[in-house]
Amino acid sequence: MSLIENLNKIFDSRIRLGIMSALMVNAEISFNELKDILQITDGNLASHLKTLEESGYIKFQKGFVGRKTNTTYSVTKAGEKAFKTHLAALEKMIGNMK
Amino acid sequence: MNNPQQSLEDLQHIKKMMERSSRFISLSGLSGVAAGTCALVGAWFASQKINCWVKGDCQLSRIIDTGGRQLMNELFWIATLTFVAAFVLAFLFTFLRSKKTGVPLWGGTTVRLFWNTMVPLAVGAIFLFRMLQLQQYDLIAPGCLIFYGLALINGSKYTLGEIKYLGYGMLLLGIVNLWYVGYGLHFWAMGFGVLHIVYGAVMWSKYERKASEKKQL
Repeated sequence: MSLIENLNKIFDSRIRLGIMSALMVNAEISFNELKDILQITDGNLASHLKTLEESGYIKFQKGFVGRKTNTTYSVTKAGEKAFKTHLAALEKMIGNMK
Repeated sequence: MNNPQQSLEDLQHIKKMMERSSRFISLSGLSGVAAGTCALVGAWFASQKINCWVKGDCQLSRIIDTGGRQLMNELFWIATLTFVAAFVLAFLFTFLRSKKTGVPLWGGTTVRLFWNTMVPLAVGAIFLFRMLQLQQYDLIAPGCLIFYGLALINGSKYTLGEIKYLGYGMLLLGIVNLWYVGYGLHFWAMGFGVLHIVYGAVMWSKYERKASEKKQL
């Protein structure tokens, strides 16, 4: 079914879906802030961020706050498009329920 | 593996994460109630002082101090105490709520909310301070209401959106007050006292009462 095809496998995970949602409405978010928003551990967040980054949906920028490294993440054009397609597919699924 | 029910839950999750990352959601309704109560108590003390001054019950001090400098001084301290008490209590309830929701108090959303309310408030404070210096007291109360209302509307994009209705209420009272300059304290108490309490109570019953009931079930 084409409907199912539009649902992105990458977004099957609630955590990855959450990361994308947060990045869609913010220009950039730091690693620590993402951790607070999603309330997950460092390792868990890092692995999901890696998956999203490898798919080309997000990009990161390393910076410094004082001496500490501060990595901020933002969504790419491809990521924005993929997320919107996924949203539309979710909406259609719900529309079929009626 | 994807059924409509799951899609709906996914969408709700997306909405929740978008809100959580872009709005300061820990603002407690009880903060509004507490701040409003402080404002009413402060306004009552101020009206006592003003009444005694106008009626001439505090004659002795009035003879010594014809310019009303002492009255101004006392009113200033009442205002300062009211503000500090309201701020501390409002902060306390919001702090407790942030513990409950698990969203840290200090984050990107807090900074954005802070700046967007502080700019109109700071400009208002400077403006009103200058008016006090020039002894233009008539428009102090409407000025407070109008600048505070603008600050709330500006900040509403970064916290629970309903706060903009509180802002509109303040603006309306402030503007009406411009044509009833003798009743500044009444309008002030109505806005900072009653409106805060009503808003706080509505928000508490809408967001927090349900949440605590759910936990009990």
